[in-house]
Amino acid sequence: MKNVIAVENLFKSYGSVQAVSGITFSVPKGQTVGLLGGNGAGKTTTIAMLLGLLLPTSGRIEILGQDMSDQRWKVLPRMNFSSPYVDLPHRLTIYENLSVYARLYGIRNIRKRVEDLAETLELTDLLKRPVGKLSSGQTTRVALAKSLLNDPDLLLLDEPTASLDPETADRIRTHLADWRNRTGATILLASHNMGEVERMCDHVLMMKKGKIVDRGSPGELIEKHGRKNMEEVFLTIARQNDATEPRP
Amino acid sequence: MIRHLITAFSPNRIWAMVLRYWYLIRSSLPRMIELVYWPFMQMLIWGFMSQFLRGHDSFMAKASSTLLAAVMLWDLLYRSQIGMSVSFLEEVWSRNLAQIFISPLRPFEWLISLMITSLIRTLISAIPIFLLAALFFGFRVWDLGWPVLAFWVNLTLMAWSISLLNIGIILRAGQGAESLTWALTFMIVPISAIYYPVSTLPYWLHPLAWSLPSTHVFEGLRALMFDGVFRTDLAISALLLNVLYMVLGFVFFFWCFAAARRNGQLFRQGE
Repeated sequence: MKNVIAVENLFKSYGSVQAVSGITFSVPKGQTVGLLGGNGAGKTTTIAMLLGLLLPTSGRIEILGQDMSDQRWKVLPRMNFSSPYVDLPHRLTIYENLSVYARLYGIRNIRKRVEDLAETLELTDLLKRPVGKLSSGQTTRVALAKSLLNDPDLLLLDEPTASLDPETADRIRTHLADWRNRTGATILLASHNMGEVERMCDHVLMMKKGKIVDRGSPGELIEKHGRKNMEEVFLTIARQNDATEPRP
Repeated sequence: MIRHLITAFSPNRIWAMVLRYWYLIRSSLPRMIELVYWPFMQMLIWGFMSQFLRGHDSFMAKASSTLLAAVMLWDLLYRSQIGMSVSFLEEVWSRNLAQIFISPLRPFEWLISLMITSLIRTLISAIPIFLLAALFFGFRVWDLGWPVLAFWVNLTLMAWSISLLNIGIILRAGQGAESLTWALTFMIVPISAIYYPVSTLPYWLHPLAWSLPSTHVFEGLRALMFDGVFRTDLAISALLLNVLYMVLGFVFFFWCFAAARRNGQLFRQGE
């Protein structure tokens, strides 16, 4: 299996609204791929379909060699997801939350796994604190700990550092990069933070109005558009009228 | 298909979710107290009412005990339904549904965990109330014997069917439909023969009343308390109706679950 994600001609429509319009892409094993685009570009819809939370109108999704339309249950134990827009129960402590999810993922020696992750993400002193009483930075680290519980082969991240201060965001990125280098896992990252994308991603998919309008490594895209950084590339593409994906 | 369901079934994942709901129950003392408070108030009001009626004649004495037993059994049904539906709503309120359904947890495992939680919550409510009813009003529910267990099982199954309907509607229609959780069961109160026999109802309502397992249970309770007879025919008909409604409840839930995956509700719940 070369590609961890293989998406073919994927469509999603809500009535007359086309949220995702025939996108095709693949993500090779061990890479970090950025899914970029403005609000309403179709990033979150695409991620929801990859997770199986949302059924595509048409098209095919294969993850870790399995067809998500009928083999989703075989893949779910090997993937995970983190987003500031999806919460964990507020009244449960960090330890309770993580131990519940560890059981759901069939982790053995739950206490050790939770304590190890807590140590790595600097949560050890907070383990007995309810999630609802944490700062946004701490909550993000807990969400990340939850998403790493099963050491996933594929990690999907939706704006993992949104609403974090630069120092906390930097620590999260560093931790994710270390984790990926150590495990060889694959990451699909949706983000509005272009600095983050430049730093973390091997490859970028630019989305606009439900379509992939450009793709390449951050360096390639910066060079191709003649800009200084990904921020400028993003703005260039976002401001183009009727952008369509360039032919390969 | 059935073999696939059995082999895919994981007691560990069900246990994980039961633990999750147990952590939630024990995390809040006010919520623990609330589990007992409303049933206790119901029991007090109807207990004093039945004491007042008991003073009149022997018929009223029997009627008053029946009334108290009916109120307590009705509360079991209501608490079981609320216990299951509110545990589901906790996931919606905490925006946790998406997290659950990207984990390996299967929807039917989740439903079983909700049912077990409903049972735990109902027991937390019922045991103190049964003991207090014996202490305050000399009404010992266990004196009714094994038939009480048959009544309980039937009412619990009915409560779960209503919850499946309730959860399905919220999954399909969104959080705006959550008030149904507290209203749905009350829709059947007037025709469930809880406080009065079916014969009191207008004739045209009889078929509707008899289509509810609760009517069979409460008519059975009346037969037991007035005539000292356990009507097995009523217990069996209630059970058969419950099997039918549970099957329909599961079908409806999975239909709504699939619709929620099509329209994005599973991802957006709680937003």
